[in-house]
Amino acid sequence: MSAINSAHSVVEPSPTSKHIAGAIVILYALITMVPLAWIFLTSIKSPPDSISYPPKVLFSPTLEGYCNLFTTRTRQTPDYIAALPAPTSTCDEVTRKRNMVIAGPSNFLPRFVNSLVIAFGSTFLAVFLGTLAAYGFSRFKVPLADDLLFFILSTRMMPPIAVAIPIFLMYRELGLSDTALGMILLYTAVNVSLAVWLLKGFIDEIPREYEEAAMIDGYTRLQAFWKVVLPQATTGIAATAIFCLIFAWNEYAFAALLTSGSAQTAPPFIPTIIGEGGQDWPAVAAGTTIFLVPILVFTILLRKQLLRGITFGAVRK
Amino acid sequence: MAEVSLQNISKSFGESQAVRNLTLTIRDGEFVVLLGPTGAGKTTTLRLIAGLEKPDTGRVTIGGQDMAGSAPAGRDVAFVFQQYSLYPHLTVYENLAFPLRSPARRLGADEIDRRVREVARMVRIDHKLENRSTRLSGGEMQRVAIGRALVRKPSIYLMDEPLSSLDAKLRGELRLELKRIQRELGSTLLYVTHDQIEAMTMADRIGILNDGELIQLGTPREIYSNPVNLHVAARLGQPHINLIPAGLVPGGRAPSGTKTVGARTEHLEIHAGNGSANAEIDWIEHLGDQSHLHLRIAGHKLVTLANPYVPVRPGDKITLTLKDPLYFGSDGQRLV
Repeated sequence: MSAINSAHSVVEPSPTSKHIAGAIVILYALITMVPLAWIFLTSIKSPPDSISYPPKVLFSPTLEGYCNLFTTRTRQTPDYIAALPAPTSTCDEVTRKRNMVIAGPSNFLPRFVNSLVIAFGSTFLAVFLGTLAAYGFSRFKVPLADDLLFFILSTRMMPPIAVAIPIFLMYRELGLSDTALGMILLYTAVNVSLAVWLLKGFIDEIPREYEEAAMIDGYTRLQAFWKVVLPQATTGIAATAIFCLIFAWNEYAFAALLTSGSAQTAPPFIPTIIGEGGQDWPAVAAGTTIFLVPILVFTILLRKQLLRGITFGAVRK
Repeated sequence: MAEVSLQNISKSFGESQAVRNLTLTIRDGEFVVLLGPTGAGKTTTLRLIAGLEKPDTGRVTIGGQDMAGSAPAGRDVAFVFQQYSLYPHLTVYENLAFPLRSPARRLGADEIDRRVREVARMVRIDHKLENRSTRLSGGEMQRVAIGRALVRKPSIYLMDEPLSSLDAKLRGELRLELKRIQRELGSTLLYVTHDQIEAMTMADRIGILNDGELIQLGTPREIYSNPVNLHVAARLGQPHINLIPAGLVPGGRAPSGTKTVGARTEHLEIHAGNGSANAEIDWIEHLGDQSHLHLRIAGHKLVTLANPYVPVRPGDKITLTLKDPLYFGSDGQRLV
């Protein structure tokens, strides 16, 4: 393309504006990445390094935080430790340097698994129910549809935690307190309104001629929904799933209030990791770093679907 | 293939009456075109036959069987939509195979493959079978859409302005192809359009719809030569029929009660003005193989076709007479 063309093009941004846009994006990325980088760096510092002031930028990295995250330890005399057989793992070694031995696994892994089960379970349920409800609202004459949709949306007009006390009492009566099922139902209830509204928008965009064609081609409505509507709604479903998952994964207040033992999720657990003589910051940071991984992987996996939705506009209208 | 019959069908959506007391029989192997303006009830009629809408009153029978209560999948009809005709997430091959893979049919993979390839050749899309359906030109998309209907052997093909979104050249080509395929297969076909050329060239019989009512049903020649009223007369013919007050142009024998005279090109005779001139040439549109003459007679404007080599120029005085025109009464009905 010649210089004259590009100077006058309305579709192709000029190199200068591209550079400026790039610089803004990089700056924004840096600002948002700094806390994450700080958390990661803290996770590989030793406990003394993590609380030193001024903060250490140069330090010798250690896996102590990760070891402390996954284990519980007991203090022993130097003589006792010297008498032990040679350490079998890095964590053994790191722990013994602090005059401690590993007593057993910590609660982090089960809490993390709780988070996975509850977040993915509630996301699946919210998206599943949301898709069906959105399809119903989009395609059928539902009596009082507008009022129902408004009612569904109204559940999001206050912070969910505003109803924490009634839910707490209700859950106690129903025996749902501190159960994975209770947390899945709760997060599903919060997310389903978002899912219905988001997905209704996406499904409204899919022309109903496709389903009608499929029904004439010999399919029932449910089969047409499955074969024709769902594949075209994948973009919307992916976007909705990401939003639902991020909420359920990060939710702290309900989890802190309604779970304490077997169903506790990672967010209320991580800040409670106590080391000797105070908060074990490297272990907290290690927990946070690991906690970020699933949502990162999920978003990156679905990012392709999201991008495809944006660039896939080749459907003839 | 089967005979399809509509008996006293009515359908309204809220306040608006889409179809009024429609009775129509499409014979086995017949190509019927429904012609009418937007909102005449053409598409609703197709959707009623397909089972996408339920009639308020009346019966639809296909092959003698009452279709009340049958789901679209159970009616054995094929439908070509005006737009959104292909499943965008599937390839051309998968689009063509889609009806054959339905639970209602469940054909074997070999049989599906054979039929898909046969139809793809018929609609000349066999070189693009593996393409995504969104990566096709408009003409190719519509050919695949028609192919998806043809791949089945339904009782009736229903087509809703399948060519309307194509350019003129492509429309002409596909029109011929569609007629050829219909003749080859001996299919029963109900085709909806507002394009009079499509109706005239393809139909065995044309039904003229207006405001939900079937006004006239007949062969293209009958509809053109013997329209029952002003509306039907105005639907067909290029240029548009000239509607002039009775007595304006000499010639012909108007029956009593004539209010309007309908004069097409073949109903008008033009002679060079020789003292008895009653009209003037306003201007001439040259279309190449023929010309549109715009005439003015006593303040009324008329359009007629002429040989481009006729030596006339704008401003020339001419003598205009009628030859067996169409006569209409004050209610718009034809007088014979």
